[in-house]
Amino acid sequence: MSHSNGPARATSSALKLSIARTLEHFFSPHSWQVRTGGNCITFTLLNEDHMLGNALQYMVMKNPDVEFCGYCITHPSESKINFQIQTRGALPAVEPFQKGLNDLMGRSMKEYRAQREEEIQ
Amino acid sequence: MAAKRRTDEMRDRVVLGEFGVRNVHTTDFPGNYSGYDDAWDQRRFEQAFRVDVIREEGDELEFDMVGIDAAIANAFRRILLAEVPTMAVEKVFVYNNTSIVQDEILAHRLGLIPIRADPRLFEYRNQGDEEGTEIDTLQFQLKIKCSRNSQAAKESSDPNELYFNHKVYSKHMTWVPLGNQTDLFPDADFRPVHDDILIALLRPGQEIDVLMHCVKGIGKDHAKFSPVATASYRLLPDITLLQPIEDEAAELLQKCFSPGVIEIQNVKGKKVARVANARLDTFSREVFRHESLKNLVRLARVRNHYIFSVESTGILPPDVLVSEAIKILMGKCQRFLNELDSVPME
Repeated sequence: MSHSNGPARATSSALKLSIARTLEHFFSPHSWQVRTGGNCITFTLLNEDHMLGNALQYMVMKNPDVEFCGYCITHPSESKINFQIQTRGALPAVEPFQKGLNDLMGRSMKEYRAQREEEIQ
Repeated sequence: MAAKRRTDEMRDRVVLGEFGVRNVHTTDFPGNYSGYDDAWDQRRFEQAFRVDVIREEGDELEFDMVGIDAAIANAFRRILLAEVPTMAVEKVFVYNNTSIVQDEILAHRLGLIPIRADPRLFEYRNQGDEEGTEIDTLQFQLKIKCSRNSQAAKESSDPNELYFNHKVYSKHMTWVPLGNQTDLFPDADFRPVHDDILIALLRPGQEIDVLMHCVKGIGKDHAKFSPVATASYRLLPDITLLQPIEDEAAELLQKCFSPGVIEIQNVKGKKVARVANARLDTFSREVFRHESLKNLVRLARVRNHYIFSVESTGILPPDVLVSEAIKILMGKCQRFLNELDSVPME
């Protein structure tokens, strides 16, 4: 099992162990497989379900360049989703996926900050 | 003007009719409505979004999130239920169990006991690791033997008098530090959240002697790891009176809703009904059972106003749980972004 981190850094052994364990728990070697034809792409996201699928689909659909976006759970016994994006024109379909993830992160960040402010009061 | 109002209603409200619910799905995506700019805009979102904490008592938290969509609200609910990690008993080493509770039933019950241990201090256990190390395991011991009380009165039939230790409670579980845990956690007091959870009943001569290993896990794996008693949300109710309602009709209307929703005011000698606090209503739709009131009221829900209710099992305070849930969602997004960057796309 390989980690797709950058070059090895000199960290303390305890920290390394902690990183390694968290990665091994969540990170599987083929977290996503791709079939693509330019402006249409289908990701298979392993160990995901409606939680990320529906939220990400909403964020990607908010992108005006996206013609079609949907997700499905292939079989309830397997925990993976097929996530498909189709863009208008020649826009490579990976971009809305990245933008959707970034937007979802930005939104969560804002919610986190708002929640922290509430806590302080 | 009427068309715009209808469009706005379609976009903002989920309308509860007599026989069904209308405008259920989110439709405000770019291109669906002409004249509306629905593309994602972080600034617009930040202006409209707010979080209001309504009530925070002990383990219960009620807060409002205004300006988000059902997909995101549901994502948070699911994360709170299934993906925020906690510590719970996973492996039970039974040295002696002569009680009438079978080993596996006892182990199942022990697993469901919430353990007061901050899961952020621990790591996940490696797959395939049977022993466990001090950074991923908490060890508890339950060793108890029931004996007869020789001082009890002869005719007494009360078990509390006749026997010692005949009820095994969660307070009998003691923490056994592993390795250097006493140095790692000098002030820690790891124990079950509640002292009075009844685990088993014993009679004289019966004994339970078990060693338990707690590990970190998530609710997706087993419900014992779920940190919330429950987490749920509902949409803010919106009740509109389409015509003025007076006198007896007003009294009837007040009875149709939960107490406090409709208040009756005296206007020029007549009793007039007014919507005081729609938030309290539980939407039993009693109004639709009265022919005279059916068409005078519009029941709806505000589509982007979510009233969350989070009740923690006591392991972590509920506001910490919500923060952790948001962090987990961010972590998931970051993970996929990192993978996209690292693996080259053809």
